[in-house]
Amino acid sequence: MTKTILAIVPCYNEATSLPSLLGSLKQLRIPGYQLSIAVINDASADATASVAKAAGVTVLDLPVNLGIGGAMQTGFRYAQQQGFDFALQVDGDGQHPPSEIPKLLARQEETNANLVIGSRFLLHEGFQSSFMRRLGIQYFHWLNRIFTGNAIYDATSGFRLLDKKAIDKAAMVYPDEYPEPESLVLFARSGFKIAETAVVMQARTGGTSSISSAGSIYYLIKVTIAMFFSFIRHY
Amino acid sequence: MVRIQLITIAINLLFLFYISYLIVKGKLREEYAIVWLVCTALLTLFSFWRDGLEVMARLFGVYEAPNLVFTVMIFIILIYLLHLSIVNSKLQKNMTRLTQEIALLKEELSKEKLPVEDEEGSAKNG
Repeated sequence: MTKTILAIVPCYNEATSLPSLLGSLKQLRIPGYQLSIAVINDASADATASVAKAAGVTVLDLPVNLGIGGAMQTGFRYAQQQGFDFALQVDGDGQHPPSEIPKLLARQEETNANLVIGSRFLLHEGFQSSFMRRLGIQYFHWLNRIFTGNAIYDATSGFRLLDKKAIDKAAMVYPDEYPEPESLVLFARSGFKIAETAVVMQARTGGTSSISSAGSIYYLIKVTIAMFFSFIRHY
Repeated sequence: MVRIQLITIAINLLFLFYISYLIVKGKLREEYAIVWLVCTALLTLFSFWRDGLEVMARLFGVYEAPNLVFTVMIFIILIYLLHLSIVNSKLQKNMTRLTQEIALLKEELSKEKLPVEDEEGSAKNG
């Protein structure tokens, strides 16, 4: 039986990198799966919405900027409404090559996990991020291990696959700012099985990161607090 | 009446008028106005009752009357700020939900419109 996947592409001013990403996503054929694409336009100031519409994919147009988490949650709610079997996050900046998607699906079949994360650091291939960022990611790996006992190496990776149960949860509660490390605590506390697989990532092809160097201290503090409270909160 | 009393009473009256004006114009919701009205009432009370502060200070066991003003006011302001943060968080949560709902509705609407614009689609529907 064919399973349906919704590739959710959160976009904030990604008009330059979007056409090639959507092109390769649309060409992707995975036996046994049917892939649909939904672009979440997070109130972009550029032509993101029209570029996505021209590509003929579903566009969810947010009238107010919600940040990556709020945008992703919109996608999860859409996936839940439409009854998709899987939801997949693919960043609009081209960091997540669609050719790596089958690896996530294969890992899901293998482990039957509710959440599969594509990790840069299992094989140390491809784009590895800057030293300071890797240090931050190492910190979240450590923090995540304390809170959930899971040894997820790339806690900040947004390249992830959610099954139906995880979609339902994320449609209901999902952090709106810097959601990646925090949502891992949330999923773990919900008793979900989390798996990780090695993928090759690329440096972004356009746009700018939502995390600036000045904002990185704020990021660390905010996410640490958020992870702690996700940990003690009872879902 | 001493000059300072007249001044504070006049200012309180002006403040009271301004709050009333905001409420009438719909720029301030009544539930937030309560705090401001109570504050104005208290200030007016102490403008008339000059020994009031000394009496209250003795009642609370505070030696210097002005210290009582600072302590109480700072405490009230902190509590009120926390209350506003809570209100703000709730607003933000509601706004996120609304924004998401609008995006989903817009998508649904565009899907419904398509068959009408498309000739083949409308033929199938008819």
